[in-house]
Amino acid sequence: MSGGLYSMERNDFDQTLDLTRIKPYGDTMNDGKTQISFTLPVPCNDEAIEAAKLLMKKMGFENPQVVFYKELTPGFTFFNCYGSCAYTVDFTTIHVPKVDSTVWDMDETDTFIREHIGRKIVVVGASTGTDAHTVGIDAIMNMKGYAGHYGIERYEMFEALNMGSQVPNEEFIAKAIEMKADALLVSQTVTQKDVHIQNLTELVEMLEAEGLRSKVILICGGPRISHELAKELGYDAGFSMNSYANHVASYIAQELNKRLNG
Amino acid sequence: MQISKLGLDFEKVHKARQYASGIAADVQNFVGTYTTVAVERTLCRLLGIDGIDANEVPLPNVVVDDLKLKGMLGEGVMFYIGNAMVETGLTPQQIAQQIADSQLDITRLPIHATEQINLALQPYISQSIARIKSNRQRRENYINTIGEGAKPYIYVIVATGNIYEDVVQAQAAARQGADIIAVIRTTGQSLLDYVPFGATTEGFGGTYATQENFRIMRKALDEVSMEVGRYIRLCNYCSGLCMPEIAVMGALEGLDVMLNDALYGILFRDINMQRTMIDQYFSRVINGFAGVIINTGEDNYLTTADAYEEARTVLASDLINEQLALLAGIPEEQMGLGHAFEMHPDMENGFLYELAQAQMTREIFPKAPLKYMPPTKFMTGNIFKGQIQNALFNQISIWTGQGLQLLGMITEAVHTPFMSDRYLAIENARYIFNNMKDIGTEMEFKKDGIVCTRANQVLDEALEILGKISHEGLFSSLEKGMFGDVKRPRNGGKGLAGVVEKGKNYQNPFIAIMKGGHE
Repeated sequence: MSGGLYSMERNDFDQTLDLTRIKPYGDTMNDGKTQISFTLPVPCNDEAIEAAKLLMKKMGFENPQVVFYKELTPGFTFFNCYGSCAYTVDFTTIHVPKVDSTVWDMDETDTFIREHIGRKIVVVGASTGTDAHTVGIDAIMNMKGYAGHYGIERYEMFEALNMGSQVPNEEFIAKAIEMKADALLVSQTVTQKDVHIQNLTELVEMLEAEGLRSKVILICGGPRISHELAKELGYDAGFSMNSYANHVASYIAQELNKRLNG
Repeated sequence: MQISKLGLDFEKVHKARQYASGIAADVQNFVGTYTTVAVERTLCRLLGIDGIDANEVPLPNVVVDDLKLKGMLGEGVMFYIGNAMVETGLTPQQIAQQIADSQLDITRLPIHATEQINLALQPYISQSIARIKSNRQRRENYINTIGEGAKPYIYVIVATGNIYEDVVQAQAAARQGADIIAVIRTTGQSLLDYVPFGATTEGFGGTYATQENFRIMRKALDEVSMEVGRYIRLCNYCSGLCMPEIAVMGALEGLDVMLNDALYGILFRDINMQRTMIDQYFSRVINGFAGVIINTGEDNYLTTADAYEEARTVLASDLINEQLALLAGIPEEQMGLGHAFEMHPDMENGFLYELAQAQMTREIFPKAPLKYMPPTKFMTGNIFKGQIQNALFNQISIWTGQGLQLLGMITEAVHTPFMSDRYLAIENARYIFNNMKDIGTEMEFKKDGIVCTRANQVLDEALEILGKISHEGLFSSLEKGMFGDVKRPRNGGKGLAGVVEKGKNYQNPFIAIMKGGHE
């Protein structure tokens, strides 16, 4: 084992936590330690390693270390690096828009709907456009659900239709009209070159053209979708990773109650 | 008599195969009386018709759509093109161009004798057959001279959208140790009822499958095969609405592996079951003749349904796919039957269950180069844990002698693989394949232990399902959602309008030629 197994760096920085100036934590408060890996389009040599370090410095890292490098194919070199981040952020002033509802389980949601809506809520969902992935919409809608959270089909007080994948926006809207849907769920998994943004925007425009936009609760979800992005695109709510059917179902129940009963 | 390390009862396996054989024969009875727009376009390509018209519509589509519009498609392109050749003395390509220019109506020409028509077609048929044979010979020559990687073949995907960038990624992967490169298709291509033309540089989540893209990549892999001293196979996707067309383009350009599964299209792309079963038959006949290893899509069931519960469906489907492939003349050595490592990582003894299923599949299909698919459903973005999930998957593969190992990527569910993601995956697989090389011959399973019990249970359950399907019929079983929890109506889905009943003049001589004289 060569040198560097134990850090002999002096820790002469302020080690008290200040939430107005946070930075990454390795093993000492405010050490800024960060791991990063990338590939540079150059052959593997001393100059390449130097280039990686210079790049780390430009990214705002002090004491950049290249701990592993390997030429993946002639002209491309892969690096694993560590460095100390020089920048901080003020954690106390951050505001992230969130879906404003209480998260209930299936029984609580069904009971709420029975008492406050008095009928089944109709939900139509699909993975729209060219997106062939059903994993997102299936996790939220299918009977079985995902990771122990039953899907909306399982809820007594929901009438749910999962149209599957690659559903054109036209067909999706036609089905919503046919079923008199209260809420529409759109899943988007493929996000390369922002194809999901185009597709989600198109749906909103088509709903507006049909005069339907204000009549439905419009929800989108996917690994690269945030509530903030959803609002920006004209949706009522957006759900990202680690959201399950009960998050979506309890939101729909509360939102519909607000709309129907003020 | 085959010896099972799991104590499998091969009488039950035999019974399951008999059920599957009956199910496949039933499907084949239906398939035999119909053709489709995709099958007819494939025949156009086999007659040398290629290129696009002024509106960029591929000429095979121009010819087939013209016949379809006139209600004459049931007689088939072989009959009408052949007859037009006798009448006009033009080549199939010239005839297609004249149809595109609205200068010729091949349904209104005097009808010539069958012998004359066949005589006119013969040189074109022989030419494409010879080209496909020479591609097969080319592959065999490479393997006999420079050799190939050991099984499990290391199989990785490139998916940049740009065929020229794909070449860079593919050659890099080959140098790192990959044996098979799949160029994943752009999202949505499976639903196009035509194959785009020429080299392409734009795609979403993948690259268009075109004949020119096939040629560019096969040439790049030939170069890198010589460099690394190992034949590198090229894989593409013979699924969706253009199954036989993609098969023939692959056969003409020397592709080596093709995803080729109608059940996958029905369940996960909502393609009409009648259409795709007919398309699948001809596509498999072509793949069989071209020496292409097909991959079936059973692994996908486990992305929607539970991997533990649905192991039985995977086995039942593998058995049905095996019989359908045999009917199309595909030898067992070209059957990359699919299964996957998709159980929840938190499951106690999940590794043992996966091991049981992989070993069971190996024993039931001893000659097939099984296609083993990596964890995807429970890959979370925690790339560090993902590397371990992929390592467990690789261990099972080397232990049970899988054929084609699609490597898991640590960035599954994050983005299409970076060059470095692929490197780390290949390094992982090579480490394990070398370090645990002979574990399968060293280790035995405890009699009536967890592994043996599980394997026998899956076989029993699959046998039961196959009994039900054989009673019900495959189409009706699909309507009831017996695969992957997905229900599909017989007359629903995409592409049904492209199915027509064969007329009295219909002929497809390629099937008999490619199957060596058998229909």
